[in-house]
Amino acid sequence: MTDMALEPARAAAEPAFDRARALSAFKLGDRTFYWVTRVSALFVLIILGGIILSLIIGAWPAIRTYGFDFLFTQRWAPSLQPTPILGALGPIYGTIVPSLIAMAIAIPVGLGIAIFLTELCPMPLRQPIAVAIELLAGIPSIIYGMWGFFVLGPFLADHFEPAIVSAFENVPILNTIFQGPASNLSLFNASLVLSIMILPFITAISRDVFATVPPVLKEAAYGVGCTTWEVVRNVVLPYTRVGVIGGVMLALGRALGETMAVTFIIGNSFKISGSLFAPGTTISAAIASEFAESDGLHQSALILLGLLLFVLTFCVLTAARLMLRRLERKAGA
Amino acid sequence: MYLNKFLGLALVAGLTGAASVATAADITGAGATFPFPIYSKWADAYKKETGNGLNYQSIGSGAGIKQIQAKTVTFGATDAPLKKEDLDKSGLAQWPMVMGAIVPVVNIDGITPGELVLVGKTLAATYLGNVKKCDGDAVKRLNPKVTLPGTAITVVRRSDGSGTTFNFTDYLAKASSDWQSKIGSGQAVEWPVGVGARGNDGVAGNVAQTKNSIGYVEYAYAKQNKLTYTGMVNKAGKHVQPTIEAFQAAAANADWAHSPGYYQILTDQPGDKSWPITAATFILMYKEPADKAAATEALKFFGWSYDKGGKMAEELDYIPMPTSVVGLVKKTWADEIKSK
Repeated sequence: MTDMALEPARAAAEPAFDRARALSAFKLGDRTFYWVTRVSALFVLIILGGIILSLIIGAWPAIRTYGFDFLFTQRWAPSLQPTPILGALGPIYGTIVPSLIAMAIAIPVGLGIAIFLTELCPMPLRQPIAVAIELLAGIPSIIYGMWGFFVLGPFLADHFEPAIVSAFENVPILNTIFQGPASNLSLFNASLVLSIMILPFITAISRDVFATVPPVLKEAAYGVGCTTWEVVRNVVLPYTRVGVIGGVMLALGRALGETMAVTFIIGNSFKISGSLFAPGTTISAAIASEFAESDGLHQSALILLGLLLFVLTFCVLTAARLMLRRLERKAGA
Repeated sequence: MYLNKFLGLALVAGLTGAASVATAADITGAGATFPFPIYSKWADAYKKETGNGLNYQSIGSGAGIKQIQAKTVTFGATDAPLKKEDLDKSGLAQWPMVMGAIVPVVNIDGITPGELVLVGKTLAATYLGNVKKCDGDAVKRLNPKVTLPGTAITVVRRSDGSGTTFNFTDYLAKASSDWQSKIGSGQAVEWPVGVGARGNDGVAGNVAQTKNSIGYVEYAYAKQNKLTYTGMVNKAGKHVQPTIEAFQAAAANADWAHSPGYYQILTDQPGDKSWPITAATFILMYKEPADKAAATEALKFFGWSYDKGGKMAEELDYIPMPTSVVGLVKKTWADEIKSK
């Protein structure tokens, strides 16, 4: 009884002082936390702004010399006197085309793997396949480049390409897309390697979002007699659309910016030949190959290429955001 | 009070001591990748003998020139020499350090090293895309006895800017007016055909992997990778094989004494025995170096390399500078570089 009486008495002895101090300590802690996080967030913006600014400053001489022609010129003659003629059309073509082909291969395969893993795969196999896919993502890109160079390239050049070239020799259009001497290093080789590199992104993200579909929905669909295909088509995919597209866009971003592996196997040719079996170059491969030995306008043009890649990736991400927003609105309505 | 003074003195002594150790130990240089193997071999042997090391970044000729102009290194190294007026503009001295040769390499079934013979014009035509097949007329005419397949030929060249490309395209420009007017020479040019590979090893690897292909590499890479090199017809119209003797013959014919700033490109040299695509690699240093001690150390290293490095260079398939040229260079050092 005495104990109970003592407790409030002790609290009352120094109440005002204690509470104010405790509160202000909380306040200070909170404010510090607020500023630390805010500065961190601002830091990202400052770095981003700094990168854009330094790219623009570095690219300025090239922008002033070539202007918009830079985008539509196919020639790349850095040692031409007195003014080099430099144009980004070749690298832009070489960046976009293999990325699109890689997406065309990796999206169906990646979604297929994810659907198999979440809907059809026997339990004991699930974990090993999932881990294998994630390991694919962990392989450094130079390893993919070496594999493309030493294994895939010679195979394509010795067996696959000659067969395709002779098969489509008399078919219009296709005989332009598939033509020329068999080459180890080609847009096609780069596309295949890129598709393997981006596969884990698509698969891992799709698998995660497929797992979020409420079992009740799927069971209901199975209950009314849907096949697995119908469940995937009408329940799983519509439910997870946003997540899947996010994964695909992430993969596309990776494909566009991939440097090391592609530099190894694309052949680094600035000419646009129209044939997938011909060498090409990407923006990042051109920069990686030539930057160290470049100077003056040549270097500035390479920086401008970097700026273009930045803009290109930014556009892809923006497009993805807009697409997602529209889908969400549609789903909401 | 005394204690303070004493401490201060000790601190100053310690600092200067540390500084002098640092300058004695570090000769810093950057530039061309082509001489990197021999520079590092020299540096190893030099360090064993004197205790002084070399820190050489093989970042490419262009980058080497930039580094020396930014004064971040004691010397720069480049395969493409600077012209006299450019040297004077930035107050740099230039001299040749060691020489090497570039050889065309092919991968055609049944062809052995040295069997095929090429002439500069044909090589240029191939790199222009005018010779499309292995048994193109121009090639056949030069090699009537060799059986060549009728398959399309893959041209392999460098994708990165390089001193090797500079010397190779310089030769093509001298050999073919067509190449001169359409492409010209440079560290990176507008290649009309072919696949680009990174570095000498990249080109070597590509030629080794691709059937019916042609490329160009430093001789050492062709030898180490056991590639099929070709013979060439030189300026005198004679058929030569890539041998140390042929490289030395080309080097001996160069008139170093009368080239201001040692600006000499060794391609297409006269002489019956000269290999047509020979190249020297150069060192750049400031005539009035900011760090005189470091410059002295660097010159000591280069002098040592000239005197004792010849055999090591030959082991790695480089060609040491002739003694007469070394004499000239040493005189240039004494006259021009104020390192003391």
